[in-house]
Amino acid sequence: MVWNWLMSNLAKGFKREFRGKMMEIGLAHYLAVAAILFSTGVFGIFVNRKNVIIILMSVELILLSVNINFVAFSTHLNDLGGQVFALFVLTVAAAEAAVGLAILVAYFRNRGNIAVSNINLMKG
Amino acid sequence: MDLAVLLPAVAFYVFAGAAILFAFGVVSARNPVRSVLFLIMTFFSAAGLFVLMGAEFLAMILIMVYVGAVAVLFLFVVMMLDIDLVEARQGFADYLPLGGLLAFILTVELIVLGASWHVSAKADGLRQAPISADQDNLRAISEVLYTDYAFFIEAAGLVLLVAMIGAIVLTNFHKKGVKRQSISAQVARKAEDGVELVDVKPGQGL
Repeated sequence: MVWNWLMSNLAKGFKREFRGKMMEIGLAHYLAVAAILFSTGVFGIFVNRKNVIIILMSVELILLSVNINFVAFSTHLNDLGGQVFALFVLTVAAAEAAVGLAILVAYFRNRGNIAVSNINLMKG
Repeated sequence: MDLAVLLPAVAFYVFAGAAILFAFGVVSARNPVRSVLFLIMTFFSAAGLFVLMGAEFLAMILIMVYVGAVAVLFLFVVMMLDIDLVEARQGFADYLPLGGLLAFILTVELIVLGASWHVSAKADGLRQAPISADQDNLRAISEVLYTDYAFFIEAAGLVLLVAMIGAIVLTNFHKKGVKRQSISAQVARKAEDGVELVDVKPGQGL
């Protein structure tokens, strides 16, 4: 019963937001793209347990989807603050990639592989 | 249908579809080099979406920073490390059902959340930096970035500096047993330290 109620409400919501507006691109469309990119990043972290490089790339995907959200809201609400914040997210993402890859190189030098399952050995 | 409505919609679907497809390529490619190339294409598509939204400056920055710097960094590291491709792929099938299920749930939740979003009537009064219609994006961003957000951009520079120093410290290592030049030791050396006079008696040798 709860399930039916949930599904009917969901369908109503989707109809309201997307039906007949396929060609009229609004905020919801950009949020949907960002949501799919975010989930793809989370999925990448889940399935690539032995390859830290792909995990770092998935984190970059997640940050990109966050940036899409920021810019979408910024242009939708006519507020530049979102774009400025996206710029700072970009900065932090670049710093994170640099430090993450440096840790990866140091780890590979010590262990000879990049499997994430042994990374807790870094605790010393 | 009106071309002015149709063209942005077509561009949106092309860029969005490309971004999503390439993102799936990033997480599922067998070879990490291909993952990096897919990542570059994802960022290009996202930059296209940014242009469609009207954030031209961020689009160009995205291409410069991500494609020009971060992706090339990834490419260098992927090529530098000698990764066993078969071993790196292990566990992919094991985690596929759980990861797929969670990703699906997350997608549905986020899309429902985004689709049910309604902007408050008070939102107009709460804007930090309203966009004026007569300014282009670059000028508008620069005017708030170097005035209202001047402290934050300096802090961002500091973050980048710390990251740079951290990366250098992490990757810099000295091999033992390699002779290196020590200029201070060379300059501090005196004639008395370097030359020793030994009084050798005839016929004995040292």
